[in-house]
Amino acid sequence: MTSKASGRDTALVEAFAKHDVAADQALGFWLYLMSDLVLFAAFFATYAVLGHNYAGGPTGRDLFHLPYTFGETILLLLGSATFGMVVLSMHQGKREGVLTWLLVTFLLGCGFIAMEMHEFRSMILEGNGPGRSAFLSSFFTLVGTHGLHVTSGLTWMAVMIGQVIIKGLTLPVRSRLMRLGMFWHFLDVVWVAVFTIVYLMGAV
Amino acid sequence: MRQATRDDTGASRGSYTSYAIGFLLSVVLTAVAFGAVMSGLLSRPAALLSIFAAAIAQILVHLRYFLHMDASSAARWNVLAMVFTVLIMLLFVGGTLWIMYNLNYRMM
Repeated sequence: MTSKASGRDTALVEAFAKHDVAADQALGFWLYLMSDLVLFAAFFATYAVLGHNYAGGPTGRDLFHLPYTFGETILLLLGSATFGMVVLSMHQGKREGVLTWLLVTFLLGCGFIAMEMHEFRSMILEGNGPGRSAFLSSFFTLVGTHGLHVTSGLTWMAVMIGQVIIKGLTLPVRSRLMRLGMFWHFLDVVWVAVFTIVYLMGAV
Repeated sequence: MRQATRDDTGASRGSYTSYAIGFLLSVVLTAVAFGAVMSGLLSRPAALLSIFAAAIAQILVHLRYFLHMDASSAARWNVLAMVFTVLIMLLFVGGTLWIMYNLNYRMM
């Protein structure tokens, strides 16, 4: 994603012109997302098997605060909508719009990560860390892996803000922004499964 | 209703309206799911059914309005790859639950 040499982009622009590279990259990235989905399926299966082994410790009902999770969800959904604005500004060639909406999406993502960190921290401080029970081990693995993905997305977004400022909206930069958008929307889809299976089912 | 058009980056884009519809539907479906559990009005099976129906609907909304999956030929390979992945996931999760439940039952 991060090209150091400015000459590399010139070569890329030529390659893009000769062949529909961007379409291949979009499909290739989609295939990566699908393999990532299989990784999440493994963690969901683990959680489904271990999720009721509380070892005398707290259950989901004791630990989860649903209005808090609802807040986290709204931050992610807003982030998907504002990334839509990034893509729309990009297609209109509005560099300022792209930068503004990227920054808004970045801050919303940071808000989500801050809320998740706060939740994890208070659980661990109360002695309910990943070592407490099989339920909590699988909980931290599943929800933490999603959180790590969001953190990677935020890092990528910070790099793209830099690339838009330095390189401008060249074809390779636009193609990368489209793939970052796929990643960002994909994480929302995974989160829908997380809040349904972990938080809501845990509290029913 | 075909809002997705393809451009030189090889990916499809939405429109202001499609992102707005997607966002509003997502918020409504999230509120329905949380409401079904938090209100405490529904029985356990009814609540479970509601949250799963809302989750599946919301995933479809995300695929349609945010990831722009449709029946167009340009999206065919994406859809095909996803259908295959969903099959693998069903085998994966379903098989795990089946075999672990069975083991648990037999070791009682």
